[in-house]
Amino acid sequence: MSNDAVDTSKRRFLVALTSAAGAVGAVGVAVPFISSMNPSARAEAAGAPVEVDISKLQPGERLIVEFRKKPVWVVYRTEQNLADLGKLDGRLQDPKSEGSIQPEYAQNKARSREDRKNILVVEGICTHLGCSPQYRPDVEPDAGWLGGFYCPCHGSRFDLAGRVYAGAPAPTNLPIPKYQFINDTTILVGDDSAGAA
Amino acid sequence: MKNKLIALLLLCTPAMSMAAGGGYPNESADINLENEQSLRRGAKLFVNYCLSCHSAAYMRYSRMGKDLGLTDEQVENNMMFVSNFDKLDSGEPKKIGDLMTVAMTKKDAKVFFGTEVPDLTVVARARGADWLYTYLTTFYVDESRPFGVNNAKFPSVGMPHVMWELEGMKKKVVTKEKDSNGHEVEHISFEKVTEGSMTDAEFKQAMNDLVNFLVYMGEPIKLERQRIGIYVMFFLILFFFLAYLLKKEYWKDIH
Amino acid sequence: MTSKAMALLGWVDDRFPLTKLWKEHLSEYYAPKNFNFWYFFGSLALLVLVIQIVSGIFLTIHYKPDAELAFASVEYIMRDVPWGWFVRYMHSTGASAFFIVVYLHMYRGLIYGSYRKPRELIWIFGVFIYLALMAEAFFGYLLPWGQMSYWGAQVIVNLFAAIPFGIGEPLSEWIRGDYVISDATLNRFFAFHVIAVPLVLIMLVAAHIMALHEVGSNNPDGVEIKKNKGADGIPLDGIPFHPYYTVKDILGVVVFMIGFFAVMFFNPTMQVTDTLSLFIESPNFEPANPLKTPEHIAPVWYFTPFYAMLRAVPPMLGSQFPGVLVMGAAIVVLFFLPWLDKSPVKSFRYKGTYIRVALATFVISFILLGYFGVISATAERTMIAQCATVIYFGYFLYMPFYSRHEITATGWRAPLVALYSILTIGLIAYWWMNDEVSATLKLIVSVVTLVYTIYLLIIPAYVKADTVKQVPDRVTSK
Repeated sequence: MSNDAVDTSKRRFLVALTSAAGAVGAVGVAVPFISSMNPSARAEAAGAPVEVDISKLQPGERLIVEFRKKPVWVVYRTEQNLADLGKLDGRLQDPKSEGSIQPEYAQNKARSREDRKNILVVEGICTHLGCSPQYRPDVEPDAGWLGGFYCPCHGSRFDLAGRVYAGAPAPTNLPIPKYQFINDTTILVGDDSAGAA
Repeated sequence: MKNKLIALLLLCTPAMSMAAGGGYPNESADINLENEQSLRRGAKLFVNYCLSCHSAAYMRYSRMGKDLGLTDEQVENNMMFVSNFDKLDSGEPKKIGDLMTVAMTKKDAKVFFGTEVPDLTVVARARGADWLYTYLTTFYVDESRPFGVNNAKFPSVGMPHVMWELEGMKKKVVTKEKDSNGHEVEHISFEKVTEGSMTDAEFKQAMNDLVNFLVYMGEPIKLERQRIGIYVMFFLILFFFLAYLLKKEYWKDIH
Repeated sequence: MTSKAMALLGWVDDRFPLTKLWKEHLSEYYAPKNFNFWYFFGSLALLVLVIQIVSGIFLTIHYKPDAELAFASVEYIMRDVPWGWFVRYMHSTGASAFFIVVYLHMYRGLIYGSYRKPRELIWIFGVFIYLALMAEAFFGYLLPWGQMSYWGAQVIVNLFAAIPFGIGEPLSEWIRGDYVISDATLNRFFAFHVIAVPLVLIMLVAAHIMALHEVGSNNPDGVEIKKNKGADGIPLDGIPFHPYYTVKDILGVVVFMIGFFAVMFFNPTMQVTDTLSLFIESPNFEPANPLKTPEHIAPVWYFTPFYAMLRAVPPMLGSQFPGVLVMGAAIVVLFFLPWLDKSPVKSFRYKGTYIRVALATFVISFILLGYFGVISATAERTMIAQCATVIYFGYFLYMPFYSRHEITATGWRAPLVALYSILTIGLIAYWWMNDEVSATLKLIVSVVTLVYTIYLLIIPAYVKADTVKQVPDRVTSK
């Protein structure tokens, strides 16, 4: 073995080039493997938009539907409920819903479509550790409770727009899924392609 | 001696025609997965004539639509029929992302056809395109069978001739011929009894489209797989070139 | 290397022999400099092992080992899972690639005498790896739960039922966990396939490589490079594995991957005719049906040589057991190879003509058996397969005679020659009692068998011993 004529810079260059090609190849193989763990077509199909019939829903009542294996609540809020939402700003963590997930048309005080403010469509999963909070619509003025949701796991409280109270372990307001009204009594959860209907 | 050697070699060749039952020779189907028009026509025939009894339980409507260049609405309006819904009891219609299952249960199938009705998602990979094409074009009148028809490729098959309206009916004609060795062989041909709505050529084309669709459905990823493969080959050839230079450079040391 | 990295390496080295391992197995592992084409297949086998383990893990993420769900879950992987087809085809192509690579790796061992002293244990570990690989492939083939999966497993498990003395039937039931192949069988085969056998396989591979690095690699000349060391204690004909063989093996890997991906992307089932596919057989696209056997069943191509031997042996006293025995012996005989070879030289380069004839006929008969195992059996094919089986075993059993460089049909060897000769004549007599086969074929197989036995057994034993060429002190060429 003679090292006399070794061109080290050429070697280094070739090693770098081959390593780069090898890295590209490795990434090329890794991508399919890693992608294979993403939700499959089956999961996507199961996550297709869900139609909800609200013709029988009365003011003050809540309906639970399954969307993407998660509970989605449809709540028919009374005029009183809507009026109460305005009184809470000081006690909420993020009254303007700036840090939470919701479509643009629901980033308002009622967190709903402007034309149908009474209807709240919200994901029923606590943003803390994923429990499903309880529906507590009763107004208890003594306790300062104007109706909302209470998570039994770690005590997070939300108002009737899914906004979290300050001091609760949950970091953000409950997410609002995309939704639209197909007609007066039918909501399509998970799809808003028709725009603000 | 030479002839005997050849004979020896010949008896080593696999008896392929024996496989898959029925001595009727295969006619070859013209498979072209790039032909979207043919695939769409095939899909249409499939959902109209096959999908009421046979399922394609591993295939989704949405995937078919996407691959065949159809919008969800087109698939929903033209390809998804109430008769194919297996959720009639629950009142829920099928959705675009659903599998192409059928309402008929295995038990019903046994009663109607005396046998289980196979799922057709990967039938083209199990049987081969030519077999399917031959099977679909060789139904003939046979009053001894429960449905009044028999099949040359798949004798005593339990399936009726679902596409008789398109093809019409034909009967089997057996002629006996002598082959080059003087053995008597049966030659099967067909004679039209009643006309259908299609001409023979149209029907053969339609069946070819249907088989083309079945081949597509057997492996929807096939075309994309081959397309990706080309890129992979190019990359590896480039990589080979680099690896070769690297090896050559280092092996200069070795005398 | 920066001083910080050096310090970190030092920290690790004080606690774990990282640098020591690197040196011992790569940068200061001296391999002969004359490795040729055949020496790629060891590292390639390791690569395929990694491919199989990684793709296998990703398949278990989606696969369901349940008779009701298994077939559908495979099609789910092929269609619904993003890139699932890529993972699945990688695994199915990898299975066949594993055997291609291992067969070539074993062939390398045969021609260059890599099994000879002091590498007997490397060879024996290797045969165990081959056995574990066959078990792994067999268990894995049931999992797609297609017709071929089902009936292939049915036939192979029933081989155990052929064992006499009342052992066979309970044994096969114990393996299946049922009276036929069923959900219970699928579930346990899944366990064997994904954890039990892979663990054994990985440990055996580690033992194989440790034994190799203990004694050092053989080479095409069969020269022990450790016998010629320089003043620095480094073999004169040795070069450090890293970087020389790492860069060379990378080249081998790239060429291999070109072939591998060509199959995977353009013909993943390895379809050779309209109805015959070698890597994923057509009937396996039909779900397992315990009530209907496919018209023609054959194991996957890598098992077919042994399957052909099994079919070639006629049942005796109404039992299939002799065939099972022959098939088992065909693999067991590999273990004895290091002691069957009596040649004073290792590599066939320096051996005489006997080994070349024996090796060539062995390879031809192995391929022929593989081919006959794929296609259906006829009386003619069975007879040819019997002849090929004789040649397969002849390679091993006649080796103590044709590989010696002196005539010694004395002592215990003389009765062996007599026994083999009588068996050969007996077989030929058996052939001539067969009425189903033409006289021409009988004549051909008889002559082939007779000439084979005379040339590789009788002549070396009594007339003319193998000639041996002078082995050089140092390796030749590169």
